Amino acid sequence: MTYGYYPGCTLKTKAKELDVYGRLAAQKLGILLEEPENWQCCGGVYPQGEDEIATKLSSVRTLAAAKEKGQDLVTLCSACHHVLKRVNLDMKNNETIRQRANNYLKLDTPYGGETEVIHYLELLRDKVGFDNLKNAVVKPLKDLRIAPYYGCLLLRPGKEMGFDDPEDPTVMEDFIRALGATPVKYSQRNECCGGYVTLENKDAAKRRASTVASSAADAGADLLITACPLCLYNLEANAGPSALPVKYFTELLAEALGVKEEL
Amino acid sequence: MQKIGVFVCWCGSNIAATVDVKAVAEALKDEAGVVFSTDYQYMCSENGQAMIRQAIKDYGLTGIVVCSCSPRMHEATFRKTAVSAGLNPYMVEIANIREQCSWIHKDMAEGTEKAIVLARAAVAKLHRNAPLTAGTSPVTKRALVIGGGIAGIQTALDVADAGFEVDIVEKSPTIGGRMAQLDKTFPTLDCSACILTPKMVEAAQHEKINIISYAELESLSGFVGNFTATIRKKARYIDEDKCSGCGVCTEKCPSRKGLDDFNMRLNKRGAVYIPFAQAIPNVAVIDADQCIHFRTGKCGLCQKNCSAGAIDFEQKDQLIERQYGAIVVATGFKPIDASQFNEYAYNDSPDVVTSLEFERIMNAAGPTKGQLVRPSDLEHPHEIVFIQCVGSRCSEDAEKGKPYCSKICCMYTAKHAMLVREKYPDVNVHVFYIDARTPGKNFDEFYRRAVEQYGVDYIKGMVGKVSVEGKKLHVQGSDLLNGEQVHINADMVVLATAIEPDPTARSLGTMLTASMDTNDFFTEAHPKLRPVESPTAGVFLSGVAQGPKDIPETVAQAGAAAAKVIGLLAKNELTCNACVAHANEAVCNGCSQCERVCPYGAITYEDREIRTPEFRGVRRIATVNEAVCQGCGACTVTCPSGAMDLKGFTNRQIMSEVDAICR
Repeated sequence: MTYGYYPGCTLKTKAKELDVYGRLAAQKLGILLEEPENWQCCGGVYPQGEDEIATKLSSVRTLAAAKEKGQDLVTLCSACHHVLKRVNLDMKNNETIRQRANNYLKLDTPYGGETEVIHYLELLRDKVGFDNLKNAVVKPLKDLRIAPYYGCLLLRPGKEMGFDDPEDPTVMEDFIRALGATPVKYSQRNECCGGYVTLENKDAAKRRASTVASSAADAGADLLITACPLCLYNLEANAGPSALPVKYFTELLAEALGVKEEL
Repeated sequence: MQKIGVFVCWCGSNIAATVDVKAVAEALKDEAGVVFSTDYQYMCSENGQAMIRQAIKDYGLTGIVVCSCSPRMHEATFRKTAVSAGLNPYMVEIANIREQCSWIHKDMAEGTEKAIVLARAAVAKLHRNAPLTAGTSPVTKRALVIGGGIAGIQTALDVADAGFEVDIVEKSPTIGGRMAQLDKTFPTLDCSACILTPKMVEAAQHEKINIISYAELESLSGFVGNFTATIRKKARYIDEDKCSGCGVCTEKCPSRKGLDDFNMRLNKRGAVYIPFAQAIPNVAVIDADQCIHFRTGKCGLCQKNCSAGAIDFEQKDQLIERQYGAIVVATGFKPIDASQFNEYAYNDSPDVVTSLEFERIMNAAGPTKGQLVRPSDLEHPHEIVFIQCVGSRCSEDAEKGKPYCSKICCMYTAKHAMLVREKYPDVNVHVFYIDARTPGKNFDEFYRRAVEQYGVDYIKGMVGKVSVEGKKLHVQGSDLLNGEQVHINADMVVLATAIEPDPTARSLGTMLTASMDTNDFFTEAHPKLRPVESPTAGVFLSGVAQGPKDIPETVAQAGAAAAKVIGLLAKNELTCNACVAHANEAVCNGCSQCERVCPYGAITYEDREIRTPEFRGVRRIATVNEAVCQGCGACTVTCPSGAMDLKGFTNRQIMSEVDAICR
């Protein structure tokens, strides 16, 4: 199985673990992830304005490049996935945006949202299958009580992201079970970590992060896992006394598959 | 050659504002066969009709074209006008220059041109019209009511009181429906069972009513006045005639894993059970999935203990075939599945319940014997939050939920809130609402009593999330009037779930060819003027199957549906449709395709002796039962050889219209 793979800027700098372990695990599972040449920043935040296409163009370039290679595009970072997925839908469904972006980019063939954007967790669930993943695990993470942290960007808006039920998601729980660990269900798993508010209003971000962490801790979790570098930052830096260890889900995956290397 | 009169209606300004009616009348004078053409302000008025009658006499007209509104509006009027002047009613053609012309055009020149073309097409068709005579069909004087809730019971009682036989087909083991599950009813707070059970008993004892419980409609054929229904009576493994309803079997049954549907699955019941104390028929039923005998072949304790010898493990489903003149759909509703709304933690905590579950908890015959306790630990709650509009009034593009208002939730939530405060003044009650919708006699007074006398805390706003934090339910919502977030640590949360049509409605609608809206509510023949009839002749609507309504409205509609049924069954015969299909025996090759597409089973085949210049001998030919044919035309478009034709809409007539339009 060969897929296009979009790491995004943060995974090359602050969140190397997310990227490296994701690749190692994919390799072990027989999945070839091909990073396109010359990819650019996804834009960081999904631009909701309809009158400005400049902020969507870098995403469109990546999506069009995947189309040229005839590949589905796998993402890892929640934020990148969110931006790429929604810009892709805009290119598919919004006539004005599609026309203006294509007019500007002057691609060989116009891009109309043909690329399939798949998050790494969706890849595991829908293409690999959690049963197969379970069979591939060589080092089950027994005795580990893991709280999956979904955050907002993977789940909402539910209809557009089509990732999981935003109010009752299960994909990370199933992932944790496949690794042999025990998922811990807690109420704040699909609530906001504080996000970029941490730059503007530290107190508000601290309230959010500590609520999430203490909800998981009260439910008996040993650690939190996430797919998002910003969530990881907030949960580590802003959760205060209730903070739990936070890891990228790919790190545990690599560990369970026996391919984890110290970075 | 026909002598045709053309009558162009202004319909006040409805047509005349966009169509130059005088120009239309003038243009039609040049059409072949048209000997008279005029316009008038209101052709449907007495004066307009008199003008038509006079013209028929003065000019010896053999047919008329009325350019007016849709034939759905006044075709019948003008046919009667023609008949009174001595014409055959089928020598009338309507050119719809209102709905299909003036109302959808803005430009006078365009509208006028189209009106002329439509009128020419009608004239061209009329040239090929022939007088038709309608036959009659008898009426079977028995009604079928599908659904034995309050709607079905009321309709059945009213029809039966008028002297007609009624069968109630109910899919569960007892009649009573949703109303039987309610504790109290608004706005009077009288006990639901106390007012329902007398009606159930009355229906059971009525000599004209036959209750077929634990049964569903399997198939249906025929048409108004002459339906043939096949009803599947499911095996309940109990002989209904022998069972006395003593209940010994239900006590002896060692299987205790079945969930009690009547109590909204809040408690367990035996594999053999009687749904509730006042069930009708008061006969037990065996749940084969739970029964140890069916699963292992052992046990049989119920059989050993039944003094009446009523247990029959060998019982099979039974098919009952019966004729009916009218059918009433009273299939009711179910609450929407709350598990898809996990923002309210319904899947995460047993202390988050739906309103119907709460109804059972509050009921003396319910799982807690009427004691208000939390399902998780049976402790008395001190803080209860009610959330309204769960699944109702969702935007069209929402991921889940219904776009409509379920209509009853504001009132039943006010009722619940009031009952809690009345019985347990120590309990704080909060209600989150979008709008408090309480129109109805004594309804708003009732709601205000909850707020003003009982001190229920109404918070305008919705709840964003309910999270389980230990033994508490943390409710986070918004108070729109104060513009602030609200956090309540509750012991119980009650969800006022939307109501949706019973899941059996969709397949039933297909079987009855009765149309439904996108929400699976049955559509009425006219939203204002024919609210209890379905567009399918002989099928009537009663209760929530047609749309959300409360008990008084349901009973009123049930009575109205009964009146329509009585009106139909009181007739000895019905005039059939004259526009029926007919097979040309010289062309028919007996391929059977028409037989397969006919939704009414009106087409059969017979071997007939044919004598034509080309062929002599016996051939298999389609034959149409004119009393059964409804003139839908499915066979005519299916017929590969063009043998099938619809009287009044023959292929030649249609082609003449097309030719006239394309001229």
